[in-house]
Amino acid sequence: MEAALGLMRRIPPKHSVTALSALVSLLPNHSSDLLSQVDQPLQVLCDSESGKEFILCEYNRDADSYRSPWSNKYHPPLEDALLPSDELRKLEVEANEVFAIYRDQYYEGGISSVYLWEDNNEGFVACFLIKKDGARTAHGRRGYLQEGLWEAIHVIEVGPEDETTRYCLTSTVMLSLTTDKESSGTFNLSGSIRRQMTMDLPLADGHLCNMGKMIEEMEGKLRNSLDQVYFGKTKEMVCTLRPPSEVVMRLPNS
Amino acid sequence: MAEKECELGDEQKKEIAKWFLLNAPSGEIQYIAKDLRSVLNDDKVYDEATSEAFPLYNKFHLICLELPCRSGDVLITPYNELEENQFIEPRTAQIVTIDHVKQACTEARPAADEELASPYVEEFRCALDAEILKYVEDAYPKGVCSVYCVDGKDAEGPGCNFEFAVVIAAVRNSPKNFCNGSWRSVWNIKFKDDLQVLEIKGKLQVDAHYFEEGNVQLDAEQEFQDGTIFQAPDDCAISIANTIRHHETEYMGSLEASYSNLPDTTFKDLRRKLPVTRTLFPWHNTLQFSLTRDIQKELGIGK
Repeated sequence: MEAALGLMRRIPPKHSVTALSALVSLLPNHSSDLLSQVDQPLQVLCDSESGKEFILCEYNRDADSYRSPWSNKYHPPLEDALLPSDELRKLEVEANEVFAIYRDQYYEGGISSVYLWEDNNEGFVACFLIKKDGARTAHGRRGYLQEGLWEAIHVIEVGPEDETTRYCLTSTVMLSLTTDKESSGTFNLSGSIRRQMTMDLPLADGHLCNMGKMIEEMEGKLRNSLDQVYFGKTKEMVCTLRPPSEVVMRLPNS
Repeated sequence: MAEKECELGDEQKKEIAKWFLLNAPSGEIQYIAKDLRSVLNDDKVYDEATSEAFPLYNKFHLICLELPCRSGDVLITPYNELEENQFIEPRTAQIVTIDHVKQACTEARPAADEELASPYVEEFRCALDAEILKYVEDAYPKGVCSVYCVDGKDAEGPGCNFEFAVVIAAVRNSPKNFCNGSWRSVWNIKFKDDLQVLEIKGKLQVDAHYFEEGNVQLDAEQEFQDGTIFQAPDDCAISIANTIRHHETEYMGSLEASYSNLPDTTFKDLRRKLPVTRTLFPWHNTLQFSLTRDIQKELGIGK
């Protein structure tokens, strides 16, 4: 299992789907461990009732059906399926509406889904998902990308309600972007990172406000570190391999 | 989840293992192999997979091995392969036997005359090798290069066509800094005596992997075509080296441009730094959204 995760940390992120299914077939006994510990690309279904798309994950799955956050119905239909309590469902509906606006403001497109469910310790768990296809043929506003995918998974464990409530957030971002121009060839960056954040926040502002602010802060941090640190390190590497010519020419003078 | 308990056959396991090995990032195949060995838990399958995958990986990644007795390096490429484990190193005129899986040289012997290019072709090759070596020392802090005759090595004099492959490889592995990368250039040069021209085709591949608390990889590739006129060996060499220098410098520039375009253009198409409103999202006042929507609904102007 350790070795399998080791492989996943090295294999190019753009091949992670193939790698994961290969590992599952090599290690059938560990399949559920693998599937729960390795984040997979998000799949999408269309809610036949509302006509809107929703994202599939472990948190809205029951047997082989997935619950839509828009209609609260399972696709394909499932009898006696698990549903959130009325109170939680109310928050879920609101969270989906607000998060869709948040998503539109930051992503200018894409799909989002929020799922809530009760956990065993008097609190609840929330999962916020975003999938954005930024290719010029999809939702890429500026048309720079031959291929571009951003997927964010935010899972928040919300503690029992008190004066302050504890929120534990685990966020994963997976992305891949390719530009393909005649002058510069194919240029692909792909990657995934995961971070955690825990906060104790007063309930006065409400759960949605607290969770939303945490997610916004986290997404900002993840985007920033991908851009500055992770992409930056690969650029640094390229410049070590073959320093840009200006540097070479400037060196003797400086 | 449906139980699929069909055991994989050895052949399928081997194919999966090979896939992992061949997709190892530059400089990381030994780490992949180690993890794979324990995942497979089957040394027979492991040995077969490594013996098939390593030669392909080594040649694809143009790995560089130290010769016995520290007498220099040899590049492992498809262009200087004589037999399964034998490669020619033309600068020192040696035939090197290697162990692909251990990625080490086991033996080196002087090349026989018939294994080398004819004196006529060798003059062109040698001149080009010297020019490329100068360029690589200048442009790459840790670059290795070689020039191979891949076609027409026995041409005795003018009137014959022949072809060279120029290979440049620069690798940097610093696992302690969670960073590996490689730059690989292959330039094919066809000397067309009949047309008195040289046809130059190049393919550059650059990759980088940063994996501290994450896994981010760069994978870039570009192809070039150019040409020049057939001249004396020294003049051909200078002209080819200049062409290569020009394209590689320009490519490095376009890589830098791709990076500097990231924050404000390319990356923005995935996710903006700030919302379209240019202020943080008003989480404390989300009621406004449902109010706006209710009004829109009432007035019948909703989407």
